[in-house]
Amino acid sequence: MSGILLVLEQRDGHISRISWEALAAGQMLASQTGLPVSAIVVGAATESLAAAVAAKTAVRVIRVEHPLLAQYTADGFIQALHQLIQAEAPAYVVFPHSYQVRDYAPALAARCGSVLIGDVTGIGEGPFFTRQLMQGRLTGSYRPAGSGPCFLSVQAGAFRAGVAEAGAAEVTTFPPAIDPAQICATPSAPFRASQQTVDLGSAQMIVSVGRGIKGEENLPLVRELATALGAELAASRPICDNGWLPMERQVGSSGQTVAPKLYVAVGISGAIQHLVGMKGSQCIVAINKDPGAPIFEVADYGIVADLFEVLPALTEEVRKAKG
Amino acid sequence: MKIVVAIKQVPERDAQIRIDSAGKWIEESGLQFALNESDAYALEEALQLKEKHGGEVVVLSVGPERVGTTIREALAKGADRAIHVVCADIGARDALGVARLLAAAIQPEGPDLVLAGLQSEDLGQGQTGVIVAQLLGLPHATLILQVEKTETGLRVKRELEEGWYQTIELPIPAVLTIQSGGNKLRYATLMGIKRAKTKEVRTVTAAELAVAAAPVVVLERVALPQKQKTTQMLPGTAKEAAAALVEILKFEARVL
Repeated sequence: MSGILLVLEQRDGHISRISWEALAAGQMLASQTGLPVSAIVVGAATESLAAAVAAKTAVRVIRVEHPLLAQYTADGFIQALHQLIQAEAPAYVVFPHSYQVRDYAPALAARCGSVLIGDVTGIGEGPFFTRQLMQGRLTGSYRPAGSGPCFLSVQAGAFRAGVAEAGAAEVTTFPPAIDPAQICATPSAPFRASQQTVDLGSAQMIVSVGRGIKGEENLPLVRELATALGAELAASRPICDNGWLPMERQVGSSGQTVAPKLYVAVGISGAIQHLVGMKGSQCIVAINKDPGAPIFEVADYGIVADLFEVLPALTEEVRKAKG
Repeated sequence: MKIVVAIKQVPERDAQIRIDSAGKWIEESGLQFALNESDAYALEEALQLKEKHGGEVVVLSVGPERVGTTIREALAKGADRAIHVVCADIGARDALGVARLLAAAIQPEGPDLVLAGLQSEDLGQGQTGVIVAQLLGLPHATLILQVEKTETGLRVKRELEEGWYQTIELPIPAVLTIQSGGNKLRYATLMGIKRAKTKEVRTVTAAELAVAAAPVVVLERVALPQKQKTTQMLPGTAKEAAAALVEILKFEARVL
């Protein structure tokens, strides 16, 4: 068992922000275990990515390079990284918890006889790894108990990306053997479903509604508050899943990421998929009848009450205040 | 098309959760359970594919006796038959351990398609379907919103981050994990509920499937989450709290 492999991810030719955070988690693990970290870049042409990593950190960089890795496929990535893991025999393999990682890392871990500890929010002495359970209502501590490498993916925003370190990082290339016959899926280029007509990202105020609103017929209550405030209306996933509001008004990992001055979460419990899309808001107000709802963990101000009583009262108070 | 849908029974979303005395999981006595949400979408997708192309929908679930009620619910919605892997110690198994049970139950069925929800609402690992694909040696795709049968296999719509999507062509047999929101969920009809009572539910014990059960990762302790911020709670009646909030937003937070 040699060290810690950190698999970085690229987005539009750059290392993604969450990958730098995963690197910080890898370095935290390194300082606890005394093991060296190697950063992995995967693709068909990884030279500039590797150079970007080497310029920012002193850790060793391994370029896993093959023409069949030009476009992401689970089959291609699993084959390539499985070979790298066999060659390196790492103690830990760390990923950013992205949609892409969720697509292949569990299978890669299984191929290595291991299990991914996914969406990790903290690393404790031991080490043990914490992640959320029950939609954020609880936190669980996980300990690896196997003999093989331990796989973990870290949640966006859970670790702070470190500052650039000086030093000359060694860059090596690992050419995997990839069997094209074993790449079954043919993915298309990404596309957006429809023209975006709402830019929640630049909104100054957002009133966002969740499952607590119960039915489409109750939406006017939220709309009135949004209008009184001069805020954009947004929603958590279930509201858009039900077709009560268009998908483009969805805030969260699958929708838009927002950081307004004021974010009012109405009847939103605060599953992590929602929180990652709004926790950077300047002032967060949560209105929910369940005092244990995880939305209160990120809220600056909270009202534990029936939203059907609070909304009309709040709309009226806002109208009065704004004259 | 023969479709196996892996479903999970989870605590109801609004259930009041208490940590058990050992601090290792939640107190299950008195809890209400329901079908995991994204699994409901997987079942819906399977039922719609069957309506379009014919075939059979088999639901499969691992868990203790109580899981039977959720299986009946899936049968009432229109699944043809079910397999219940009776496993009282599901909590002691990790994602690989549970996937091994599912894969062992799926293998003899030889389905054209295996569907699973994207992730469970209790553990939220989002791994089961992907590991099952690996164990069965089948191609997979995750976060799927639409499934279309083509001449050679499947064309699926996959959700990416931040409002992006992609289309993936896959051969069958394959495993897909289904994201919520792709379809409108159906309710069980009275006739469906009646019919479900006569549909086959085959039970097999985890021991009979003879797969490795020793976990590679162990959930050692559960706790209440630490707050990331200090939340100022506004007490009183709805009207008082609303008035206090507007005062604060105006003069303290200065966002109004």
